Amino acid sequence: MSVATPTQTATTTGLERAAVRNWKPPIGLGVFAVIALLLFTVGSRSGVTMFRLSTTSDLIQLPEVAADVAVVTIIVTIVLFGIAALSAWRAYRAAPTPLWLTSVFAALFLVAFLSWAAAGATIPVPGLLVGAVGLSAPLIFGALGGVISERVGVVNVAIEGQLLAGAFASAVVASITQSLVAGLIAAVVAGVLVSFVLATFSIRYVVDQVIVGVVLNVLVIGLTSFLFSKVLSPNSAVLNSPPRFQRLPIPLLGEIPIIGPVLFRQTIIIYIMYVAIAVVWFALFKTKWGLRLRAVGEHPQAADTVGINVNRTRFWNVSLAGAIAGLGGAYFTLGSVGAFNKEMTAGAGFIALAAVIFGRWDPIRATLAALLFGFASNLQSVLSIVGSPVPSQFMLMLPYLVTIFAVAGLVGHVRAPAASGKAYVKS
Amino acid sequence: MSEQLPPPVQPEATEAPAKPVADPQHSSRTEQVLRDIVGGNAMISVLAVALALLVGAILIAFTDEDVQAASGYFFSRPGDTLQAIWNAASGAYSALFQGSIYNFRRPGFADGIRPLTETLTFATPLIAAGLGVAVSFRTGLFNIGGRGQMLVAAGAAGYVAFALPMPFPLHLIVAVIAGVAAGALWGGIAGLLKARTGAHEVIVTIMLNYIGLYLISYLLRTQGALQAPGSNNPKSPAMLPSAIFPELFGAKYNLHWGFIFAIAATAWVWYLINRSTLGFQFRAVGENPHAARVAGINVKNVYVYAMLISGGLIGLAGVSQVLGTVTTGFSEGIDAGIGFDAITVALLGRSKPVGVFFAGILFGALKAGGYSMQAAQGVPVDIVLVVQSLIVLFIAAPPLVRAIFRLPIPGTMRRARALNPKAMVTR
Repeated sequence: MSVATPTQTATTTGLERAAVRNWKPPIGLGVFAVIALLLFTVGSRSGVTMFRLSTTSDLIQLPEVAADVAVVTIIVTIVLFGIAALSAWRAYRAAPTPLWLTSVFAALFLVAFLSWAAAGATIPVPGLLVGAVGLSAPLIFGALGGVISERVGVVNVAIEGQLLAGAFASAVVASITQSLVAGLIAAVVAGVLVSFVLATFSIRYVVDQVIVGVVLNVLVIGLTSFLFSKVLSPNSAVLNSPPRFQRLPIPLLGEIPIIGPVLFRQTIIIYIMYVAIAVVWFALFKTKWGLRLRAVGEHPQAADTVGINVNRTRFWNVSLAGAIAGLGGAYFTLGSVGAFNKEMTAGAGFIALAAVIFGRWDPIRATLAALLFGFASNLQSVLSIVGSPVPSQFMLMLPYLVTIFAVAGLVGHVRAPAASGKAYVKS
Repeated sequence: MSEQLPPPVQPEATEAPAKPVADPQHSSRTEQVLRDIVGGNAMISVLAVALALLVGAILIAFTDEDVQAASGYFFSRPGDTLQAIWNAASGAYSALFQGSIYNFRRPGFADGIRPLTETLTFATPLIAAGLGVAVSFRTGLFNIGGRGQMLVAAGAAGYVAFALPMPFPLHLIVAVIAGVAAGALWGGIAGLLKARTGAHEVIVTIMLNYIGLYLISYLLRTQGALQAPGSNNPKSPAMLPSAIFPELFGAKYNLHWGFIFAIAATAWVWYLINRSTLGFQFRAVGENPHAARVAGINVKNVYVYAMLISGGLIGLAGVSQVLGTVTTGFSEGIDAGIGFDAITVALLGRSKPVGVFFAGILFGALKAGGYSMQAAQGVPVDIVLVVQSLIVLFIAAPPLVRAIFRLPIPGTMRRARALNPKAMVTR
């Protein structure tokens, strides 16, 4: 039994390949190259930008890298046009634009943009990346929950609700018990409870999954805001002052330049996140559990025929998705802010949903998409500190614009798991 | 939502399912009719509202200080606790009623009825935006971008209203058209991208929410754009009197001509969906895009038109906010969450124009009453969100409500019918 997944391409067998000229990548890259040209010539700036690569506490100190804005922007713009031309040539030859080329393009654009925007100032590269990982964490947890849930065939619009419920429960329980572990467990339980409602209504009562998800978000926002105003605010010393996770450097890995401070001097929730990404990916694609899960999401009739209990599989995996998303909620209260606040997730669940679709229902790609969002929002706050000529609103807009470009141009037709969103009623 | 399996050509508001009953039982006809009324849609809706209000009452009671104090000596004097519970719940709900329908404490009918006009004022944008979401639902699209569409509409209508002086009726008309066009444009982007590139409309509309928000936020901070001249606040100047919706019943009430627009929009959408060729195409694509394409419908164009109309209607909600409700200048919170509320309104109205109209009024009443409940009884207005979402959740799952109240299943006694309701949003 083989289950088609959206990540499989049609090049695996000896089928004759149709020559398809896809002009979207060169057009997209060309647009960005023109943007770079306009930005760097019309808004030309001079000066030297310093890139600080080490933090003061690093064992191995890297020197600061100086970049002359004019030189960097000119060279990069030329290279960007070169890449766009290469992509166009490949498109003409009916060859796809490889991912690494797009990545190089993006990285160069970013470097040039950074040195242009921060002309005359210093950019703390590790600080930029550490913040990005932090801002991405709840998105990644939410996206992992979304991937599992949608792969098993239940559209999870309720990620926002799961995150918020996790944040609320972990803040309250951790405050009462003064135990971080209890807070984490409470977050998991809260996420699972939201998932139970989602699963019960969409599987048992066959209500449209999108409806349940939207309504659950409203319900959780209403409940937590109500309880926050009525119960938490008056007793915030007892109920809403949880302890926070301290950073826990990993001895050897934490000393690697750049990567160390970014990845290995984090809180325990972030380490749990690394494990979760790896486990979800492995389990989804390399284990019997994952095969069954995907089968149920792609073709429930077939799965039922070979003896998999479709609705039970769905129920428990949706619950698992809620548990993971709930952990992401705990990051808000126990990881970053340190207290619960009304609607503190502020749409992170919807961004996570976008990351799921952007990442084509694949845990690794979804993680990368979530990192993109986190990076872009942190880039905005770093650049507003060093003083950038671009209004902060446009910087904040950037990740969302990039996503639309990516979804419309580079990703193209995304294909959800075939049975996602459809209830399975055994006939 | 369950009993409308055989659309598309089905009349509005089916109280009892008009399905020919292949009844194996020997029940008489009157008995059958009685069974349908008790177990039918209307009854389910009433019971769902009652159930949601009951849950709300429980929440209010349990978080009330008096109840908590009295429950401390529950076993010595249980009457006190029950009395406190009754006081908390009845006090809150009578404040809700007096804030939304009729205030008995005011002398005379003219003053007493004021809350009802407030309800209709709150309902106006909810109806318009709810209709917009409903149109997208009927076409099988999920327009989650109400926030962005409302914001750009408010920005466009607001700019015309304060910056371009014109004589009275013309100015108002131009401002309304500008707002609706901006909303339609914002929605149309998602439709166009879906039609041309296959980009998922959920992800695009979510992204457009943020882009619209930051765009309006930037314009509100820019002199010469939307910011009030000489001001540092991110707020627009007041609208010119010639562009403001006139009050419907004189200066005493806030209700304005926007409500007439909402009624007209309801009638128009009813005509569009149920009587026009375009509406038939919408429904056909919503039911099954593949079949619609085979039948010769241009599915791509239908997506664009549906999103244009959907965005335009939601734009009308933004217009009614700036030209009717908040005429003293708006800030970036002008959408007031209506874009998301509209989704629940459309769900409660089962995506039917008349249903959406009354759902909008119900939610308007909850909003208007919620604020007076917060002022009078100290119950946070967020309880309204809980009640709203529970109403939709219960209505979406008739089997659950029937199970709670042990109602008979309408029509036949077949289990499969009750367990297999057709989902409202076909994705």
